[in-house]
Amino acid sequence: MTIAALNSTSASAILPGSGGIRGALSDLFWRRPQLLLFLMLLPPVLWLGVVYIGSLFALLAQSFFSIDEFSGLINHEFTLKTYGDLFQAANLDIILRTVTMAVLVTLASAVIAFPIAYYAARYARGRWKALFYLGVMLPLWSSYLVKIYAWKLILAKEGILTWLLAKLHLLWVLDGWLSLPVVGGNSLSVSATGTFIAFVYVWLPFMILPVQAALERVPGNLVEASSDLGASPGQTFRNVLFPLALPGIVAGSIFTFSLTLGDYIIPQIIGTSRLFIGQAVYSQQGTAGNIPLAAAFTVVPIVIMGFYLWGAKRMGAFDAL
Amino acid sequence: MRSDGSQSAPLGLKIAAACGLLFLHLPILLIFVYAFTTEEKSFVWPPPGLTTQWFAVTWNRPDVWQALSLSVRVAAISTAIALILGTLCAAAVSRTKFFGRETISLLVILPIALPGIITGIALRSAFSLADIPFSFWTIVLGHATFCVVVVYNNAVARFRRSSGSMIEASMDLGADGFQTFRHVVLPNIATALLAGGMLAFALSFDEVIVTTFTAGQQQTVPIWMLEELIRPRQRPVTNVVAMVVVLVTLLPILFAYYLTRDGDQIVGSGK
Repeated sequence: MTIAALNSTSASAILPGSGGIRGALSDLFWRRPQLLLFLMLLPPVLWLGVVYIGSLFALLAQSFFSIDEFSGLINHEFTLKTYGDLFQAANLDIILRTVTMAVLVTLASAVIAFPIAYYAARYARGRWKALFYLGVMLPLWSSYLVKIYAWKLILAKEGILTWLLAKLHLLWVLDGWLSLPVVGGNSLSVSATGTFIAFVYVWLPFMILPVQAALERVPGNLVEASSDLGASPGQTFRNVLFPLALPGIVAGSIFTFSLTLGDYIIPQIIGTSRLFIGQAVYSQQGTAGNIPLAAAFTVVPIVIMGFYLWGAKRMGAFDAL
Repeated sequence: MRSDGSQSAPLGLKIAAACGLLFLHLPILLIFVYAFTTEEKSFVWPPPGLTTQWFAVTWNRPDVWQALSLSVRVAAISTAIALILGTLCAAAVSRTKFFGRETISLLVILPIALPGIITGIALRSAFSLADIPFSFWTIVLGHATFCVVVVYNNAVARFRRSSGSMIEASMDLGADGFQTFRHVVLPNIATALLAGGMLAFALSFDEVIVTTFTAGQQQTVPIWMLEELIRPRQRPVTNVVAMVVVLVTLLPILFAYYLTRDGDQIVGSGK
């Protein structure tokens, strides 16, 4: 029975073509895979290449125009004057403030991320591992604005943090901190410290994931060998763990650094009236109508990130992404 | 002694990791409490009383419904476009080697790698150069551009795991290219696409930075929230909307995690 069935199906080794336009097309793609590849790539490349890269170049081109200070109209002639404007004291101040914030946020995220990533990579198993993974993933994907809003609630003068410190009789610490110049302010929600905390909170998951990925690849017996050879936990961390985790930290810092450089919403909602690069771009293109200067400002994070990525690549950070 | 990593962690590490996780989660939980507070004017803690009246107030606010409807429509269409473009790109990149392959993957990742404000202002200045008025479609244009990468990441990871010999076997058994796609390739990548689609939807639903540049006067839910944060009108309504937004974005993430949990490990790695 089965043999008969087999015989009947294997009667012709070469099946007839399915015919019609569909068959013809199918045969054509089989004979000329390059054509299929071309057709598959055409829509995404058109979309990203034309819509996205096209817009980017349109933006870059505008940074070489300048604005007429009297009429407020844009002068469509090639000039480097707008880039010169970037080096005015007020604008340099904005750039410096943003880069300092980005560096501090990156360092703080690395310090907070390390224990979570290390525990998840080395000690968490089975269900705990999944829990850690979701524990990082859920805050990462929760709404960005809601996270900022949550910190607005926490840091408000009448909010939970003040309440907690009052219960612990530690209000003098908060008042002392707020009376400091630069980092202080009327309340935490309108101080540079508040901006810093919100930045660290929002970008922290972006640091944890690559560090964890890097630490997963460190064999546990390396750590044990180090302690067998007499190293204290501190020495093991400095000489074994940290150098091996460094590519992961650098990979994470690409995100924390770049995201802080470009953000304009966090400092607007939680922070002082001193501008960051993102806010400067936003106000230049919006209320000021100075698109050339806004475009020139966006080149700053692009250039900084260019150098950063180049350095990160040399440190092997891309393998940890 | 034992190198299987089953020994327990030092106490300091446990405390530091636990504190880190609490730091990540407590603020979001706080939102849930504030949605029930009776206090209208300030963010006072502890809440003077608990009430559910703000849910009814929010339910009857037409501006919230309009924003929600716009957000859902934008996210649905952007996700559909991203699914098509991302899958095509992933299939091309993972099946074949060709000149410029690295450039294509860079091109896909770029919209998410550069700060959102650059994407936003670039699109806006392109719209103004080309005299395109702001509309539903300008928002979709921006969202689809950065949603492609999430679908692409999920699809590429799945293509890498599924073996090419299945396709050859299908062809050997007489299926044409379209039948192979329909009966072999598609069932193979379906869950990855679903997960990628969910993430793209969540990403689009939550996006604010690019949207502020491409929306004009229209309000998506994040734009509505941003407006309320800068110029508060009725704080309790904002609290309720914030809580709803958390729930709406978390469910697709959990589901996407569930779909890709065995081995892909790519949920969110593209955000």
